[in-house]
Amino acid sequence: MSGVPWLSLIIFVPWAGALLLAVRPRLGGRAVRLLALLCSLSTLAFGLALLGSFDRAATGYQFVEDHAWIAALNVHYHLGLDGLSLILVLLTGLVAPSALLASWRQERDPRLFQLLFLFLQGSALGVFLALDFFHWFIFWELSLVPAFFLIKLWGGGAATRAAYQFIIYTMAGSACMLLAFAAIFAATGTLDFTQLAGLAASGALGVKLAALGGFWPEAVFLGVFLGLAVKVPLFPFHTWLPPAYAEAPTGVSMFLTGVMSKMGVYGFFRILWPLFPAPLHAASGGLLWLALGGVVLGAFAAMRQSDLKRMVAYSSINHVSYCLLALFAVAAATGRSGLTSEPAAAALSGALLQMFNHGLSASALFFCVGVLESRGGGRRGLAEFGGVRSAAPVFAGLCGIAMFSSLGLPGLNGFVGEFLIFRGVFGLAPWAAATGCLGLLVTAIFLLTFYQRVFHGPRAGAGAGEFCDLSGLETATLAPAIALMFLLGVLPQLLIGLYNPLVTFWAGHLTLP
Amino acid sequence: MTPDYTGLVRALLPEAALVAGALVVLGLDLAFFRRRAAAFRLRAAIAVAALATVAAIGLALGGGARGEVFGGVLIFDSLAVAARLGVLVLVLLVLGISTGAPTPRHPAEYAAIILFAAVGFTLMAAAQQLLLAFLALELASLSLYVLAGFDKSRPESVEAALKYFLFGGMSAAFLLFGFSLIYGLAGSIELPRIAESLAQQGLSPLLAVALVMVLVAFGFKAAAAPFHLWAPDAYEGAPTPSAALIASASKLAGFVLFARLLWPGLHAVAGNVAAAPVGGGWLPVVAVLSGASLLLGNLGALAQTNVRRLLAYSAIAHAGTLLLGVIAFGAAGPAPLFYYAATYGIATAGAFGVIAVLERAGGCEKITDLAGLHRRSPLLAGCLLVFILSLAGIPPLAGFFGKFAVFAAALQLGGAGGPAGWLTFAAIFLSAVALYYYLVVLKQALVAVPAEQAGPVTVPGAAALTLLAAAALIVFFGLCPSLLLDFF
Amino acid sequence: MNLLPWTIYLSFGGAALALAAGARSAAAARWIALATVAAAWGLVLAAAAGFMPANGLQTLADAAWVPSMGVRYHLAADGISLTLLVLTGLAATAGVLFSWNIEERTGEFFAFYLTLIGGVYGVFLSADAFLFFVFYEIAIVPKYFLIANWGSTNREYGAMKLVLYSFAGSALVLAGLLWAYAAGGARSFELQDLAAAAAHFTHGEQLGMFALVFLGFAVLAGLFPFHTWAPTGHVAAPTAASMLLAGVVMKLGAYGCLRVAMPLFPAGLAFWQPVIAWLAVAGIVYGGLVALVQDDFKFVIGYSSVSHMGFVLLGLAAANVRAASGAVLQMFSHGVIAGLLFAVVGRIVYDRTHTRRLEELSALPLHRLLPFAAVTFVLAGLASMGMPGFSGFPAELAILIGAWQTAPAWAAAAALGVLIAAAFTLRVMQLAFFGSAREVPALEAPATPLPAITPAEKAGAILLLAATVVVGLKPDLLLNWITPALQSPFFQAVLKGGAP
Repeated sequence: MSGVPWLSLIIFVPWAGALLLAVRPRLGGRAVRLLALLCSLSTLAFGLALLGSFDRAATGYQFVEDHAWIAALNVHYHLGLDGLSLILVLLTGLVAPSALLASWRQERDPRLFQLLFLFLQGSALGVFLALDFFHWFIFWELSLVPAFFLIKLWGGGAATRAAYQFIIYTMAGSACMLLAFAAIFAATGTLDFTQLAGLAASGALGVKLAALGGFWPEAVFLGVFLGLAVKVPLFPFHTWLPPAYAEAPTGVSMFLTGVMSKMGVYGFFRILWPLFPAPLHAASGGLLWLALGGVVLGAFAAMRQSDLKRMVAYSSINHVSYCLLALFAVAAATGRSGLTSEPAAAALSGALLQMFNHGLSASALFFCVGVLESRGGGRRGLAEFGGVRSAAPVFAGLCGIAMFSSLGLPGLNGFVGEFLIFRGVFGLAPWAAATGCLGLLVTAIFLLTFYQRVFHGPRAGAGAGEFCDLSGLETATLAPAIALMFLLGVLPQLLIGLYNPLVTFWAGHLTLP
Repeated sequence: MTPDYTGLVRALLPEAALVAGALVVLGLDLAFFRRRAAAFRLRAAIAVAALATVAAIGLALGGGARGEVFGGVLIFDSLAVAARLGVLVLVLLVLGISTGAPTPRHPAEYAAIILFAAVGFTLMAAAQQLLLAFLALELASLSLYVLAGFDKSRPESVEAALKYFLFGGMSAAFLLFGFSLIYGLAGSIELPRIAESLAQQGLSPLLAVALVMVLVAFGFKAAAAPFHLWAPDAYEGAPTPSAALIASASKLAGFVLFARLLWPGLHAVAGNVAAAPVGGGWLPVVAVLSGASLLLGNLGALAQTNVRRLLAYSAIAHAGTLLLGVIAFGAAGPAPLFYYAATYGIATAGAFGVIAVLERAGGCEKITDLAGLHRRSPLLAGCLLVFILSLAGIPPLAGFFGKFAVFAAALQLGGAGGPAGWLTFAAIFLSAVALYYYLVVLKQALVAVPAEQAGPVTVPGAAALTLLAAAALIVFFGLCPSLLLDFF
Repeated sequence: MNLLPWTIYLSFGGAALALAAGARSAAAARWIALATVAAAWGLVLAAAAGFMPANGLQTLADAAWVPSMGVRYHLAADGISLTLLVLTGLAATAGVLFSWNIEERTGEFFAFYLTLIGGVYGVFLSADAFLFFVFYEIAIVPKYFLIANWGSTNREYGAMKLVLYSFAGSALVLAGLLWAYAAGGARSFELQDLAAAAAHFTHGEQLGMFALVFLGFAVLAGLFPFHTWAPTGHVAAPTAASMLLAGVVMKLGAYGCLRVAMPLFPAGLAFWQPVIAWLAVAGIVYGGLVALVQDDFKFVIGYSSVSHMGFVLLGLAAANVRAASGAVLQMFSHGVIAGLLFAVVGRIVYDRTHTRRLEELSALPLHRLLPFAAVTFVLAGLASMGMPGFSGFPAELAILIGAWQTAPAWAAAAALGVLIAAAFTLRVMQLAFFGSAREVPALEAPATPLPAITPAEKAGAILLLAATVVVGLKPDLLLNWITPALQSPFFQAVLKGGAP
């Protein structure tokens, strides 16, 4: 196993696929799609292979690749995999091919579409695996470009504006993060996350940054925070998301919600928290409110939508905010005397699990909405459908499962994550947990409303006409996710086991430097 | 003390050659060529004149006259030797140019008067005595007045000559009066004695009057503001080769003469412009003249549409820089001044030469008449490019080094603090203004499309050779300036 | 290394040859020009391959020129010069490739072009201030004729404005240099000697001299608010000239600031530093904001050049090795990127569509009609934004780090510029190439196909793209030359600190 740069392969095989598609303009439609799907599936293949040889007991990075790269900036080509990255790699390996399958019927310039998609996939994987700011930022920024074009060129009516908003917003955040890391390098001389985490743990990072004086140390924290917060998105930096998710084509929405939103959360766990434990703790009071805002207001906003895609988009904001709720609660409680590690471990474990589960369920939901849209001739309003269940029972069934998973029904995967989060947060910041429950309630309301209006009742709107049930391809796209929803609902330890030592370690070392 | 006539004759052999040449030109034409066509007569006259000039150059180079001659009336120091050679080369260039210009009515007389003017210039370069200086100056000036008015068919030419003559006559009167006052105060007409005497006397009101008189004449000769009013009309009206001669050789000789007069002669009452406050003397006045010329010349040129008037105003501006060279003469020696004046002369003569050829081919009054020169005659366009860029002070041409040498010398006087420094900075910044109007000329020549009726221009062989030689000299002296600068 | 002076001689010789050949055949002139620039670039690359950073400038040629004035013909190179020489060769070669279609007065075009290149090579190789100035001025006049003869929008005005600003800047430099020369005893123009003499000048003298020399060079570098010549001039210029002007000639100004103004008068820099830094920041932000509202494609690029050069000047103003190395890297990076952008706009798009107005271009489905141009522009645009993976990113990162070390506020303001750059680049990308992305049905061929991309254009574009990607992923290639040069004793008085 050693000697083979697995992690580099994971990142670069999709990119190689993209390059291949770029330089062979005359490949036929079928060949293009197959090649893209193969490259995309490679991630899953590699991920499973790594799963096999992953040492679950270790908390450090495995399969590490570390080569000197740019001496002038002390940059190393540093990749590493731990439990957190592994589950995200697996998630990407699952969501990406299903997104491609969802776009199988895409007729407009399929080669360019697949090419951009593979490039996006590779970049996302790079974000999850890179451990030095230089190439981490390369992947972070490079993921924006294909996303921009995918939304803009294949999206809906207001796609251009949505794509612009998306990229400008995210780049604004990235500019802040770039500045912050320039300052960090100026103070410490390194951009490596592991080294910086070590410095932060010993308190040296805080001291070096404090040497700047004035409000600049806080500005550095704020810069990194903003860069990540925009990506998640954390309320109130979320306004770019509903248009972007709504206007994007189905496959792209699936990937955006499934993987790209996790990039932001991953950043919080990998970068912000280890590097700035004290500032995060200091700000966590306000940040908890922001996370709650995302939870509650996201859910309420979803409830008020009539466009199904926007509904799922707001619901995404809500679900992802749970992860951050957990993290901020843990940060708020850090250093408090009398704290046991148990609630913290639960909260953190729940957050990671929620990342994976939401990725599955949200992308499945977007796929279902996409099916509705394609059957309905482009319409996707809540009022446009009715009684679909009688026309397409299989579809209704699978969609229902996805919906319930998103809702957090016990027995499906969504429940475990949310349960753990709430259990942990209740132990750390009870009032936050109580307020968050509101989100759960409202989520249930709008999801059930959605199901009831669209699937139940008399056949109306688009559901009244010709409404075929799921084709083979569509079933194949949805089925793996559904199966996993059941599996992980019953056996969540399949995932938890991958990162449990890591979470336990985090929870056991909640000290301020 | 017995006058050393042999020494004098030996020293003045170049002048003799020139005079002989003039007489031969006149004689040949009178005797043999009266019936021939004007073009032939011109070529013959120029050929003989050129031969005479070359002979003079050879004699000036080879002749061993160095140091004082004839009891101090003439001096052949490095400046004099260089200036004589420079003047003769410039005269040769002007002779070459005149083959390309429209043929004058009396070609032999034209050539002869040019040679007489040359005699005046070479004597000006070596004069160390007030009387000889005045004589030489008058010889040159009278010749130039005639040359300016040579084209009787054009009223502008007559007007130019008249203006030039009136102004020149006035300034000659001023000069003579000034000289007489100096003689009265110093008791001698030889510059070394004058210098000694004034060193003891210091600046008295009468001496101040004398200085003013001398400076007025200087200003006129140099076409420096505010004594410049004759220049635009003279340059515009006179036949082009005459204008070329006025702009080049006359300037060089004039500056050398006055520089010698002021520095070795009157340096005792020079004053000081290195630092503020200025010391009393003629230096502050020269500084004022310099500044005024720079301003007036550059700003005046901006508004011109006639190409000759533009060159006239540029001449005024260059006079300003040359006066700066005169200011720096005391500390830095003659090298910057001479280099600048000589190379400026070549460039101006060349520019006038291009205009002359165009005039012959159909007229060249306005700047727009130069339109499309690159298509009508690439040779002329290329040469004009070299000449104009040298005037603008663009490296690696000689004009750049001239400016550079003068500015460097001026700044060494007192750094940036004193008037000399400010003047230098002003000159540097105004050269950016100058580039604008030079580019306007080049724009017509190299960018604009030719007018419909403007056909290709054929350049007569001798004129082409002359222009190429001038361009080559400018490039050569630009690449190897030390040849001239280290001569002193 | 010793063959580097031949880059100058080859260029001037090639200019004369091209002029002569062009009278007979335009094709001959083109090939002579291509051979000349390629040969010169080859020499530079050969020197680069074997380059060993030494402690400062390595002399290539040294002869007395005008002994009485202390002027020497002294050519030398260090890592900074070498980086910029590589850029010059690259931009020149790409420029010739992109000028392949000039039919009018081809010989003269390439004669002026090669003279300009020769002057630029000379500037980067000079170690004597006078020689530096001579080459600097030689490079001025060909610009006028290149723009006025072969340019487009408002060319005579643009040419005159550009040249007069450049010349005015050089007049300021001359004033400052002569002052320093005179004050130092008028013995020598060698940069080292001037620096040594300047150490003994009074504080007031240093301030004044620095102001004159730095400002003079900074005008050519496009320092706000003396930058207005740049967009006008670059838009008016023909493509190859724009590539060279924005890509290389603006760097002459920045190089002059770094090589001449700063080491000679460190006290002056210390005094004027905040002014320069804030003007640079103003240029970054203002240039970007103005680019955001332009209707002419080329003007967007022109203003973006002002914005990018603001980064360079900020890096220099920060006065430490890290920021200065970022500045030099940015000089290289922007040179390549600007070349690419102008090539796409001028040659690939304008020559075919005959319009540069974004309003009109957005009606054409250019990403279908000119896919190569679209891709090239997208990549060039990303590079221009400072997207990681391209050469602009390590350069801007280094500048931000260095600026932060001197004054965090400057870095924060500059980071704003990064964002604005993203905004205007995306806007122009979308309007120009993807404007009608919605209206064209998927499988329909475009109504009137545009002329295909020529091999010369492809070669030029790929060359430039490759350069920016390679340097973006491995900036050490250049930083290994640049940083030792900046740490040499010559810069010690003015630049703080070696690299950590």
